[in-house]
Amino acid sequence: MSELIIKNGFVFDPLQGIKGDRMDIAVKDGKIVETSALSSPKTIDATGMTVMAGGVDIHSHVVGPKVNVGRLFRPEDKLFKSPHKSPTCNRMEMGFSVPSTFKTGYDYARMGYVFVNEAAMPPLHSPHVHEEIRDTPIIDNAAMPVFGNNWFTLEYLKNNEIENNAAYTAWLLRATRGFGLKVVNPGGSEAWGWGLNCANIHDPVPYFDITPAEIVKGLIETNEFLGLPHSVHLHCNNLGNPGNYVDTLESLKLAEGYAPKNDFGREQVLHLTHLQFHSYGGDSWGNFESRTKDVMDYVNAHDNITVDMGQVTLDETTTMTADGPFEHHLCSLNHLKWANVDVELETAAGVVPYIYSPKVKVCTIQWAVGLEIGLYAKDPMRTFITTDHPNAGPFTRYPQVITWLMSRAARDETMKTFKWLERTIDATSIDSIDRELGLYEIAQMTRAGPAKALGISNTYGGLAPGMDADIAVYALNPEDMPSDPAMIEKAFSRCAWLIKDGVVTVRDGEVVEEPAKRTVWVDVKVPENAQVQRDIYEHFLRHYSVKLDNYSLFEEHLHNPRVIEVDTTQ
Amino acid sequence: MKTVTLTLTNPSELFIEGQNITPDNFAGRKAAEIAALDVWEGKQKSPLGKYFTVEGDGGATAEETKIVLRGDCTRVKRIGQQMTAGEIVIEGNADMYIGGWMKGGKIHVKGNVDSFCGIGMEGGELIVDGNAAHHLGSSPRGEWRGMQGGVIRVAGNAGNDTATFINGGTIVIGGDADIHISTHGEGGTVIVKGNAKGRVGGQMVKGDIYVYGTIENPLPGFSMVDEVEQEVDGETARFAHYIGDLGERHPTSKGKTVYANLYTKL
Ligand SMILES: [Zn+2]
Repeated sequence: MSELIIKNGFVFDPLQGIKGDRMDIAVKDGKIVETSALSSPKTIDATGMTVMAGGVDIHSHVVGPKVNVGRLFRPEDKLFKSPHKSPTCNRMEMGFSVPSTFKTGYDYARMGYVFVNEAAMPPLHSPHVHEEIRDTPIIDNAAMPVFGNNWFTLEYLKNNEIENNAAYTAWLLRATRGFGLKVVNPGGSEAWGWGLNCANIHDPVPYFDITPAEIVKGLIETNEFLGLPHSVHLHCNNLGNPGNYVDTLESLKLAEGYAPKNDFGREQVLHLTHLQFHSYGGDSWGNFESRTKDVMDYVNAHDNITVDMGQVTLDETTTMTADGPFEHHLCSLNHLKWANVDVELETAAGVVPYIYSPKVKVCTIQWAVGLEIGLYAKDPMRTFITTDHPNAGPFTRYPQVITWLMSRAARDETMKTFKWLERTIDATSIDSIDRELGLYEIAQMTRAGPAKALGISNTYGGLAPGMDADIAVYALNPEDMPSDPAMIEKAFSRCAWLIKDGVVTVRDGEVVEEPAKRTVWVDVKVPENAQVQRDIYEHFLRHYSVKLDNYSLFEEHLHNPRVIEVDTTQ
Repeated sequence: MKTVTLTLTNPSELFIEGQNITPDNFAGRKAAEIAALDVWEGKQKSPLGKYFTVEGDGGATAEETKIVLRGDCTRVKRIGQQMTAGEIVIEGNADMYIGGWMKGGKIHVKGNVDSFCGIGMEGGELIVDGNAAHHLGSSPRGEWRGMQGGVIRVAGNAGNDTATFINGGTIVIGGDADIHISTHGEGGTVIVKGNAKGRVGGQMVKGDIYVYGTIENPLPGFSMVDEVEQEVDGETARFAHYIGDLGERHPTSKGKTVYANLYTKL
C-alpha cells in the first residue's frame, strides 16, 4: 500500500474546472483517490507551487524507423551535445534533435510529461516502433499507424466501402498494436511512388483515381463508424508551401457535417496537426506571410475540430515525415542530406536536417505563425502545444514555447534577435498581439485538451479520483509569478516533482526512479468480414515482401500493454 | 609564455583520450593541478599524472601557455582538441584527432599523426613533419560544415578523404595524397605537392585544389578551360585549369556560375 499526499499546491485541472485552488491531491496504489481514503501517507509539500496532471503529448515523432534514420544519419546531432550519464539515471543519454530512446523518456519526465503519442507508425515496421517504445523509459506511449496512402484504404474508399474499410482498419490496428488513424499528405505520399504529389485536395492519386478529399472524408466516416477513442489525425496536403492556407481551410471543411460518435468523451472528428506548417499566405518565398488569422477563425468557429501548433523553435533540427515528396522538396531548398524510403503498399518517408535561423525571414515568420495559433485560440481545450518534434524543433523546447505563450516580454526578447524583424512584423500579426496565456490555459493545451482529444481523459490529463496518479509539480507560484520569463521556462524544463503511477519519478528536475512504462493500443472488435479477409490474403500473396504470418506484431514485441477495447458488434 | 612539459613515462595499455591536453585547460593551473586533470583510457578515467610527468606551470591564459609532449605519444589521441590559443609541440608521433575542432593557436608534431587530425578546424595552425593518415582536415562524420579556416601543413603523405566538405582554410600536403580530396567542398584550398591517386574534387561545389604531380585517375566531372600562371604557397608556376564538378549544383555570383577549380602543374 503506497500512499502519498501532495499538500497545499495551487491545482490546475481543466478536466474538473479547477483553476489554481489550493488543494491536496491524494494518491493510493498508483491512482488518485479522495484525501479521506488515506491512512498514513508520505507527504510532498507543494506550498507555493503549481500542481497539474502529467503532461500529454498528442503529436511527437519519438520511436520507429524514420526516427532511427534521423539518429543514424545525424551523428553530428550528438557531437559535443550529449551529456555524460546522469548519476541518477540507469542509461546513457545522447542527441539533441533526435535524442536516443533513453534521453527521450528522461527528458519528457523531467518536463513533467507522462504520455506521448507517436505520430506516424509505418504499419510494416510496427515491430521496430514497439521495440523502441519498450526502450523509451517512464513515459506511456501510443503509436498511430498511417492510413492515408495505404492501398487497401484507397481501394475501399474509392468504392465507398466504409464497412469494409472499417474491418480492415480494425485488423491493422490489431496487427500493429496501433492507437488511431494517422493520415499524412493523403494520396500525395502514394503519388510520390510515381515521382509525383497531389497538388491539392481534389488532385486524384495516380492509378487509384481517388482524391485526397475523398480519402479524408472516408477515413472520418470509418473512424466514427468504429467509434475509436481518437479522431482522424491529419497532416493535410501541401505542407510547408506559400499560399497553403487555402488547402488547409479546404481540408478543415471536410469535417463539416460529421459529429463524433464514441464512448470516450472525444468531441472532435478531425485533429489537424502542426497547423503552423499549413497556415501560410503569399505565392512565393518573397511574399511569404502568415494567414493564421483566417485558419484560426475557422477553427474557433467549429467545435468538431482540434489542432496542434507545430511551433518553430529556431533551432537546428531534423525534419522527418511520411510526406516523402515534401522532404525531397525541402532537400532541394537547403541542399543538405536527404534520406528517402518507400514502404511498399503503405506509405513513404523522408528525413532532412533543417536549420531554423533567426537570421532567415521565412523562419522567423514561421515562428510567429506558430505562436499566433496559440494566441488566437479561443478554446485552449482544442489547441495544443507541440513542436511536431523534431520537425519544427525538439520537444525539449516545450518550456520555451509555454514561456512565449505566457509572456509578451519573452516574445519581444526573442524578436530582438531577428535579422528581418520589420519584415517579420509586416508579414504576421505577432507584434499586435498582447495576449498572455495563464497557467490554466497552459494546463488545457498540454494535458487536459490533448487527453480529451485522444479519448483517454478517463485515465490521463486530469487529477480526479480514479485516474492514474500522474502528477507534475512545478516551482511556480501563480500568486507571485516571476517577472523574468526565463524563470517560467526553467520551472517547466525541470519539474520539482513528477509522480508517475503513484511513484516519485522526478525530484528537483532529476529522474530518481524509472517506473514501468506502458504501450497503449486500441483493440476493436468487428463482425467477421470474409471479403476483407480475402483481400488481405490476396494483397499479401501478390504484393507484400513479407508473408501475412510474419506481418502482425508478435506478442513478444508488445511491451506492458494497456488495451482500450472498442466493441462494434453490440 | 610559460612552458608545461609532459613526458610520457608510464605508457597506457589502451589508447588515451587526451582532449584535456590543451593550452586552454592548462592555463592558470600549477603543474600539480595539471597532473590531476582527467584523461580516459578506454572507459576508465584517470588523472593525467598517472601516465605523464608534468613539469612547469601553465601561463595566465591559453595564449601564454606552451605545452611540450615528450615520449612516444602514438597512443595519445585528441591533443589540442578545440584549443583556441597557445602552442603545443609534440616531439614524436601522435594518434588520432590531433587539433580537431581547433580554433586558434599552433600545434607542431615532429613525427606522424593518425586519422582525423584537424577535423572541423576553424582556425590556427597544425604542422606535421611526418605523414598524416585519413580524414585530414575533414568534416566530422555526418557533418556538412567542414574545415572553416586555419592552415594544415603535412610535410609527408596524407591518406584518404582529405578536406571532405571543406569550406575555408588551407591544407598543404608536401607528398602524395590518396583518394578523395575536397569531396563536397564549398570553399578553401588544398595543395598537393606530390601525386594524387584519384577522385579529386568529387561533388565539389566551390573552392580550389592544386596538384603538382599526377592524378592517376581523374574524374570525368572536371573540364579543362585554360592555362594560368599563379602564385601558390610562395612560388609561381603554370597550371592547367579545370572547372567542376560539373555533375554537382553550382551557385551563381554576379550573374556567373561559380565552379570549383582544379589546377594541375604543367
Ligand atoms: Zn508530425
